[in-house]
Amino acid sequence: MVLNTQPIKLQFKNKIMRILPFIFLCIHIGLFGQSDFEKKLQTKLILAEDGDLIEIEAGEYFLKKSLSLDGKKNIIIRGKGMDKTILNFENQTQGAEGIKITNCENIVLSDLTTQNSKGDLIKTMHVKGMSFLRVKTEWTGKPSPKNGSYGLYPVLCEKVLIDSCIAIGASDAGIYVGQSKNIIVRNCTAFQNVAGIEIENSLYAEVYNNTAMGNTGGILVFDLPDLIQKKGGYVRVHHNLIKENNLSNFAPKGNIVGNVPKGTGMMVLATSNVDIFDNKIINHSTMGIAIISYFMTENKIKDKAYYPYPTLINVHDNVFERKAGRVPMEGRFGMMYRFKLKFGRHVPDVIYDGILDKTLVGNDGQYKPEYAICVRNNSSQKVAILDAENDFKNIKIGSDLFNCTNESIKSTEF
Amino acid sequence: MKKGCITCLLLICAGFLMSIDQSSKKEFNYPEHLSEFGFFTGPIKDQIPAADVVPYALNSPLFSDYAYKLRFIRLPKGTQVAYRSDEVLNFPVGTSIVKTFYYKNDEQQEKKGRRIIETRVLIHEAKGWVALPYIWNEAQTEATLEVAGGTQMVAWKDKEGQKKSLEYFIPNMNQCKGCHEKNGIMTPIGPSARQLNGEFNYGNQVQENQLAHWKNRGMIESLPEAKDIPKMPNYSDISVGLADRAKAYLDVNCAHCHNPKGPAQSSGLFLHWNNTDPTSLGIMKSPVAAGRGSGNFAHDIVPGKPEISILHYRMASTDPGVMMPELGRRLAHKEGIDLIEKWIKSM
Repeated sequence: MVLNTQPIKLQFKNKIMRILPFIFLCIHIGLFGQSDFEKKLQTKLILAEDGDLIEIEAGEYFLKKSLSLDGKKNIIIRGKGMDKTILNFENQTQGAEGIKITNCENIVLSDLTTQNSKGDLIKTMHVKGMSFLRVKTEWTGKPSPKNGSYGLYPVLCEKVLIDSCIAIGASDAGIYVGQSKNIIVRNCTAFQNVAGIEIENSLYAEVYNNTAMGNTGGILVFDLPDLIQKKGGYVRVHHNLIKENNLSNFAPKGNIVGNVPKGTGMMVLATSNVDIFDNKIINHSTMGIAIISYFMTENKIKDKAYYPYPTLINVHDNVFERKAGRVPMEGRFGMMYRFKLKFGRHVPDVIYDGILDKTLVGNDGQYKPEYAICVRNNSSQKVAILDAENDFKNIKIGSDLFNCTNESIKSTEF
Repeated sequence: MKKGCITCLLLICAGFLMSIDQSSKKEFNYPEHLSEFGFFTGPIKDQIPAADVVPYALNSPLFSDYAYKLRFIRLPKGTQVAYRSDEVLNFPVGTSIVKTFYYKNDEQQEKKGRRIIETRVLIHEAKGWVALPYIWNEAQTEATLEVAGGTQMVAWKDKEGQKKSLEYFIPNMNQCKGCHEKNGIMTPIGPSARQLNGEFNYGNQVQENQLAHWKNRGMIESLPEAKDIPKMPNYSDISVGLADRAKAYLDVNCAHCHNPKGPAQSSGLFLHWNNTDPTSLGIMKSPVAAGRGSGNFAHDIVPGKPEISILHYRMASTDPGVMMPELGRRLAHKEGIDLIEKWIKSM
């Protein structure tokens, strides 16, 4: 007890003896502080009350377990800035994601970086009003199939806002919105993921002012079978920079994005009502935009409520650029280009598999106007219809194959 | 002088510990200690139920890293459980469901005693169910509420005499709900009619069917005749057919999430006992968002081929980003994996 009255260090004779206790003290508090931090933060998340602001100080924190927030309303979780507050999950031994937010309303997660979880980084499910602002998700190191699947992963959510976020290194999609409604993804950057940004089985999405660069595929809009929310669509993708997404696909097999060939700017898979305009789609070794039905995945469809065709797609006023060169030989698409399509060095900007829903076809054998695929007024617009149904026998290439105008899809606001 | 310094360090650390303890308990109106509930008579480590507390067991229990479990239920005076044929029984407001997790020190020798790790208390309040994790102290005299869960080292000798040890995770309150959830609402998982429809030894030479026992005690209303009550087998009962054993295993270990209203609904994989749709049961079903959980395989279940079935792969994994279930286990359940392997092979 006497110890408190006098500075301890005066009692030590040599310098090392003086410093040693402080080193021990620092290490001790350091280690202890980490698990203390984790427990305190998790406790705050559990005890949070309506309207609480939970702030996380700057620093790098190593967490061993998933953090979770459940059943709360109007909570803001805020760091001190991207790359200033860092939650690192590389030593994680429990939990399939870094942060999990479930069954909530109006949650804002902002100004922090999350890294290296074993599964997904931030999963939010059944949240009405989920905002991610200035959040970075990354797997540091090289792209690897051992990285987790998704960076930002809202699923079965409503009113999702993803603004000014950065996603790096996901072995599936950096920014992935699944089975959700009313979505805005803007001002984000995604690179070195398999898919940069993916909108899947989701309704009313606005994806704009983003940069998707150096992924396997830049921006994907998919509708898949066997899911709870069956039908997506009404998706607008505009004013994005989609550039050089030529990274080898490193998704673990079995995942649908494993089918995306490297060098894909955009892919619309079995989704209807999609507007793609005013984007810059630059230097993709395989395709600028692919518009394909689910049949191209070669998976069987057992879901009777599933609609496998893309209809009413508008592609207009985009800039396409591509250096001449052969399509890389990778995966089934690589084989298709090599052995069936044989486009040589000048490949089309837009490909469409040409598999039509026969019930929507008019007398001319094409989709009636209200279901049409339209490609017009792009900087370059070499379009190919692959006739995939008939073993690619009647491939058509031209710039005016889909010269039509469709009613625009309304923008999403909330 | 050195000694003084160490003492000083210890004091600082102790101060630290105390401050954490206090901060994690603020404004929380549940009993801080398990003993306060009065579920037990005598020393609580003996787990002898009080007069109004009834012990029970499930036909097929969830695997929790080879922990043993004791289960109890307490109904408010004068109330009854309402029977339901398929779902968990309808428990009145005020019900407490208590589950204690422990390890036998030596599975070959009961007399070497046991170590209780945690007791989870589910309380049915007017606003819904609440889950409270209580962690036991070393002396086994008390368990304390820890909303953020915790970690404890456990060590034991298994049935083969092998030494085992494990960093055992006690889930936090949110993680409790991660499994105990239906349509976003907290719910018990275990006590359904099909799980309770089995014999239980109540001591004093009373062994009888649990639901019949509840009826005799006036605990349950509208119980149908015995022949009309569904029954799920114990998955380790080898006298039962392989498919029924496998489905019982999947129901109790997976279906709390993997059902159309559960937290894994987004996967489209539904493993509940009465699901008959082959695709949503996983047969030749492509994964949705499995990521590296796919293990480079294309389907959840490939009949005849457990070695390329994702279901089998994820059950056998202990990698947090791959393993299933995601929570509540760190070890692979050898017996369960063997069962599922045989079942898939037999398809």
